[in-house]
Amino acid sequence: MGQMHAKSTYEMKKKSVCAVETAAQAIFTVCAFFAVAAVASITLYMIANGVPALWKVGVREILFSTVWKPTAEEPSFGILYIILTSIVGTAAAILIGVPIALLTAVFLAEVAPRRLAAVVKPAVELLAGIPSVIYGLLGIMILNPLMYKWEQALFAGSKTHQFTGGANLLSAVIVLAIMILPTVINISESSLRALPPQLKSSSLALGASPVETIFRVLLPAAKPGIITAIVLGVGRAIGEAMAISLVSGSSVNFPLPFSSVRFLTTAIVSEMGYAGGTHRQVLFTIGLVLFAFIMIVNVTLNGILKKGDDGHA
Amino acid sequence: MRRKWKDGLLLGLIYLAAFVSVFLLAAIIVYVFARGFRAVSWSFLTSVTSALQGTTGIAGNIVNTVYIVVLTLLIATPIGIGSAIWLNEYAGKSRWVRLIEFTTETLAGIPSIIYGLFGMVFFGTVLRCGYSILTGALTLTLMVLPLITRNTQEALRSVPDAYRAGAIGMGAAKWYMIRTILLPSAMPGIITGVILAVGRIVGESAALLFTAGSGYLLPKPGTGLLHKILESGGTLTIQLYLSMSKAQYDVAFGIAVVLLCIVLLINLLTKLLAGRLDVSARR
Repeated sequence: MGQMHAKSTYEMKKKSVCAVETAAQAIFTVCAFFAVAAVASITLYMIANGVPALWKVGVREILFSTVWKPTAEEPSFGILYIILTSIVGTAAAILIGVPIALLTAVFLAEVAPRRLAAVVKPAVELLAGIPSVIYGLLGIMILNPLMYKWEQALFAGSKTHQFTGGANLLSAVIVLAIMILPTVINISESSLRALPPQLKSSSLALGASPVETIFRVLLPAAKPGIITAIVLGVGRAIGEAMAISLVSGSSVNFPLPFSSVRFLTTAIVSEMGYAGGTHRQVLFTIGLVLFAFIMIVNVTLNGILKKGDDGHA
Repeated sequence: MRRKWKDGLLLGLIYLAAFVSVFLLAAIIVYVFARGFRAVSWSFLTSVTSALQGTTGIAGNIVNTVYIVVLTLLIATPIGIGSAIWLNEYAGKSRWVRLIEFTTETLAGIPSIIYGLFGMVFFGTVLRCGYSILTGALTLTLMVLPLITRNTQEALRSVPDAYRAGAIGMGAAKWYMIRTILLPSAMPGIITGVILAVGRIVGESAALLFTAGSGYLLPKPGTGLLHKILESGGTLTIQLYLSMSKAQYDVAFGIAVVLLCIVLLINLLTKLLAGRLDVSARR
């Protein structure tokens, strides 16, 4: 009797352990697929909300027209200049930011004495942690007045130039260039550090100077990692909204350095608050265009990483 | 001779670039503190902006920020950790792993303004949460999920396989082994992920503007804190943005000082934790 009782509690315990185990596994599986569900529903909702305007207003009128007058009597929803601004602005930010970031990465991985690296490395990490609104605030307070001075000097006699008070493409580009620094620095640095040490020692043994070794051997060898870093930088720059929304001006123009411009992101930020009807739908179309750019960036990234994996295997 | 010259020049450029990075950070911190420290006072931190009482303060925004941080972490942390556990301990060579890792990477790359749009439509309109703390927290959950998942995965990977084999060999069931052996060993890494998530939430603005809204009042005493979950609440960053669009730069710099202090603190915490992580790895 006693033996039987002991046996049955043992069985029961075993059963409940089994139930807990199964439940745990099921819960973790659900958690894991949460990310998949999230990406799927974001994609779905972006398409569902962005496409109607394309139907209603017409693909050509939105994507290939340059006149943005969403609140006019006869509204016009051309976002070509907005798209161009995002592309030009991102490209310019990359052109300015990447060289500085690469050289800083080289400094951290190869050149810096330990003590200096101990100052630079945390500084870069902190730069990444500063909220984007603070970059925006500093852009307004420091960059815009400076740009206004340059603008006044450059366009002193011009009758065609619309003065912007310094809120222009160039200000936004500088803010973006600073904001991508940490991303590009960190990833380039780790790809430089991941290189096999023989690479460096053989180059030095063959008579190359340390600097030649860096630029002729190490940087080319770290190319996949550096490209990853740049692609991530592109993603960061094209998606940034709050830092540049007040810095870049408030009207839609062709992206010239001293023109007031709107990016894909800043158009959404500054107009979503009051937009209604078709205007609001077109803002979602702008969101969809931005989303498409980001997906291209992500797929490119995935491609690079996959290729890297195959190369090592 | 020419070679030496060129080497020197390039080396100079490398030092210059590193100097620029450090200088930028120093300039940002010095400028913000110089402009903002006078705005920060006890009453600035503990009162609410009111024309009637003539006060300017950010107490409501501080409460909102803390509220959103706590709520987001309550939802995101279990999901993130669970996801990492599945990927690392249960999935094996399942072909789903690739998909899940790809979508996690994708989530990390989606810009916050897109999260804002999605959150506004899905949580705000479809699920009828409106402009509220809850909508904001749910939106941010998606955003910080990759951070927590990846850090937990990293931490789980660094637990030696011998621990697993030992526990299983002694007859422990899998979940029991994970709960009592793996998670405690991986704890510093998990906490690092959570702290990074706090930093991300505190600094976030674009995803919150159209989801959590811009309310700046303190919750009413009593059950007000519970009701607040369905009311609009602007975080510090949102208030900073609104103040600066209204050209109230003193308030803006005051908030910037508070935000920078939080960022510095979070950075310090992760540093300390990383130190502990190294020590446990060395043993």
